[in-house]
Amino acid sequence: MDTRQSRIFGTSVNWLRRHFVVIAGLVTLGYLLLPNVVVTVFSFNNPKGRFNYQWQEFSTDAWKDPCGVADMCGSLSVSLQIAFWATLGATVLGTMIAFALVRYRFRARGAVNSLIFLPMAMPEVVMAASLLTLFLNLGAQLGFWTILIAHIMFCLSFVVTAVKARVMSMDPRLEQAAQDLYAGPFQTFIRVTLPIAAPGIAAGALLAFALSFDDFIITNFNAGSTVTFPMFVWGSAQRGTPVQINVIGTAMFLVAVLLVLASMVVSNRRNRHKA
Amino acid sequence: MTNDSSGDVRLSGISKTYGSFTAVHPLDLTVPQGSFFALLGASGCGKTTTLRMIAGLEEPTSGTVHLGDQEVTQLPPYKRPVNTVFQSYALFPHLDIFENVAFGLRRRGIRSVKKQVEDMLDLVQLGEQARKRPHQLSGGQQQRVAVARALINTPKVLLLDEPLGALDLKLRRQMQLELKRIQTEVGITFIHVTHDQEEAMTMADTVAVMNAGRVEQLGSPTDLYENPRTTFVANFLGTSNLIEAEVDNKTGGEVVVRAAGGKLVLPETRCSAPTTTGGKVLVGVRPEKITLTHADDAGEIPTARNRITGTIAATSFIGVSTQYVIDSPVCPEFEVYAQNIDRDARLVPGAGVVLHWSPAHTFGLDAAQAIDAGVEEEAAL
Amino acid sequence: MAALTEAPPPLAPAPEAKPPRRRGRWTPYWLLLPGILWLLVFFAMPMIYQASTSVQTGSLEEGYKVTWHFATYWDALSDYYPQFLRSVLYAGAATILCLILGYPLAYLIAFRAGRWRNLIMILVIAPFFTSFLIRTLAWKTILADSGPVVGALNTLHVLDVTSWLGWTSGDRVLATPLAVVCGLTYNFLPFMILPLYSSLERIDGRLHEAAGDLYAKPVTTFRKVTFPLSMPGVVSGTLLTFIPASGDYVNADLLGSTDTRMVGNVIQSQFLRILDYPTAAALSFILMAAILIMVTFYIRRSGTEDLV
Repeated sequence: MDTRQSRIFGTSVNWLRRHFVVIAGLVTLGYLLLPNVVVTVFSFNNPKGRFNYQWQEFSTDAWKDPCGVADMCGSLSVSLQIAFWATLGATVLGTMIAFALVRYRFRARGAVNSLIFLPMAMPEVVMAASLLTLFLNLGAQLGFWTILIAHIMFCLSFVVTAVKARVMSMDPRLEQAAQDLYAGPFQTFIRVTLPIAAPGIAAGALLAFALSFDDFIITNFNAGSTVTFPMFVWGSAQRGTPVQINVIGTAMFLVAVLLVLASMVVSNRRNRHKA
Repeated sequence: MTNDSSGDVRLSGISKTYGSFTAVHPLDLTVPQGSFFALLGASGCGKTTTLRMIAGLEEPTSGTVHLGDQEVTQLPPYKRPVNTVFQSYALFPHLDIFENVAFGLRRRGIRSVKKQVEDMLDLVQLGEQARKRPHQLSGGQQQRVAVARALINTPKVLLLDEPLGALDLKLRRQMQLELKRIQTEVGITFIHVTHDQEEAMTMADTVAVMNAGRVEQLGSPTDLYENPRTTFVANFLGTSNLIEAEVDNKTGGEVVVRAAGGKLVLPETRCSAPTTTGGKVLVGVRPEKITLTHADDAGEIPTARNRITGTIAATSFIGVSTQYVIDSPVCPEFEVYAQNIDRDARLVPGAGVVLHWSPAHTFGLDAAQAIDAGVEEEAAL
Repeated sequence: MAALTEAPPPLAPAPEAKPPRRRGRWTPYWLLLPGILWLLVFFAMPMIYQASTSVQTGSLEEGYKVTWHFATYWDALSDYYPQFLRSVLYAGAATILCLILGYPLAYLIAFRAGRWRNLIMILVIAPFFTSFLIRTLAWKTILADSGPVVGALNTLHVLDVTSWLGWTSGDRVLATPLAVVCGLTYNFLPFMILPLYSSLERIDGRLHEAAGDLYAKPVTTFRKVTFPLSMPGVVSGTLLTFIPASGDYVNADLLGSTDTRMVGNVIQSQFLRILDYPTAAALSFILMAAILIMVTFYIRRSGTEDLV
């Protein structure tokens, strides 16, 4: 190596060293996004045979007829309904618990905290199996309601954590100020506490929706003959994967990204307008 | 001051304890209608707790709170005709300035608030900012919003909890005058809690100095400064030189005391300690009342003045004045502030000096108290 | 003028004339009641039922009775210890990989991303909205025998090394431990990145400058300042990764083979296919106990007890 070459080598080593974190981070990001790229690309595939794992030819058939597979859109609607009600239930119950934990002093606080922490520190399969044991022992009819019960149960802790963080960072003087300005307890809650805690509650609700909609293990144990969308995908992995699965996966990814971007643009514009 | 007493605040035997800790000892206090009253003390002295009991945000352990003739002890904050300017303001972050100010009116079911809110924002010179959010305003502007939000309800009493604490020094001066102007204009009783003695003295007609859950002394700012009755007040409000002394005799309204061989004289009326012969007292004098004369010129000092000898330990030039620290047998670190009118070039560290002052500027305190009470608190400002 | 007298102190610690009003003394209990009841009935009680089921004997037809038959535990352990071991190994490997892969990305978002921060954040979270089963199936395509990844690894003779180590078999990646660990890592990576990010984000950037000012090289700064301060994130990230990974059976099923079955697979098939409830309950109970012991030990060791 002559000196010029070694200098170039030296600077590029330096460059690599300085940007090591960026490069490594982007590699990880690529790893995270690669499957989504594959899912999207393969939503335009026209596979031979029952499985959509190998690229054959470009086709938009699946996009034109997303519900063309028996039972898939039905399972999607079941999942959306369960996610909706589970989010509602877990958000209401979780918000109440979060407020009690942050704003009040009461006995057995430690026990309550553990009861909320444990479901998050428990492998899903354990909760799934034990809940099934309960339902079998009680002779409960497995189906929509048992899934809903299970989903509210495991979403609850996550909502509590999200709302608690927000309420904890809230200045208690704001509520005192409201009381000082003639707002009774109910008015204070509606006009001040709730609006300020709203971002935390929204974050908790969003998390609950995502967890519920995407849950497979607990649902699979407690669903009986009801089929949710993840269960449909699981079943199709054994029987044959229709391209429409990729269409739904891609569409949901796009909708989520677009919604987030739109909300960011709106809040940016509002801030600029106000400033 | 008017004779209307509906805005009087009367606390009788009010106290607050948390478990075994007593935040406020039983205390009686009357704040007359229309006055600007300051509760002054270091943090943890119980001043904010007292204020919050008046607001209804804290329940007293014992005692009652009256507003005029109405007892409000059991009323929740939203039923009391009292409003508060909170420490760090507590402006609602999700509402704009207009809605923040309109909040109290709307809660009382008043529909057409526009005119009132606009007038109020004009009073605090924020008419242009009505549609901004609190975080878009500067500290001084937020402070004025907090005042407007409370005042618009025309409360009988306005409570201010360290309202200027978050502002920088220059802005604080400005807001002190501003608040005083507003109070004169609206004539509402203001009760102002602060740890800043200068703030209390500039704004209030009456100051109550609080320490460890009790009111140490109450009076006009000049009275408190010139006539401190406890070592805490003497040290917390400005600086005092305190000399340990023994009562020698009393003649014609004057008390003569002995300190390290010398004799000092003070008026009996300015001595809050018992004056039996042989009893211990603490003799105090403010640093700016003292004249400093070089030891060579000691003969020129009039005989009627109290005098002490010492040597200059340190000097610092402040501009308008020079501060001297003097070592003297009666008091190791005697402070003297001298106006820079004609500076004596001989007054440098090491020089022997005579300190002298008028007996009328001397005060006497009970020697049973800690001599340095309130010193650290003052220094912590 | 204002008047002041100090009220005489009460003569004795006399009982208060009226008990102090306590506003909303019962409010916290009413707020807690529904949610806590839900967790008690549908989380805590099932655990008890499960514990009881694990010591029952009987059959589906004749019903089960509690006979304190602890031998079920012994049988379950001796029959399925390889699956237990695999669960710990795979989950542990995935957790370490998640930490190695996730840290740079979390660091990038926290300190280097600038105006790209929000976009990268969205890209980390957005995949969540595609069902994880669909995304896991995509790995079947990525790691397909005839795909470019396997081809490249083959050409570079990497697969020879991994086969020799027992991570892959022949020139396949699918249906091997490597594929399962790869899938687990992928699935739980965001659970590592998000807590890491939130504890890195709280670090004052000036600390880096201060360390640099005090003669620390970038590597030393990282080792002595940044990493210790991000410990809470590391602890909760590893827990959030390891716990679900150890109980997972989706990756082992979709990307693995019968030789990569984990304890989750066993519990699932015992419960849903073989219908041997006592064995399934015992396995699940052992898994739960193992996790709880490990978590407690780990949290104690790392000195971060305020995870909730």
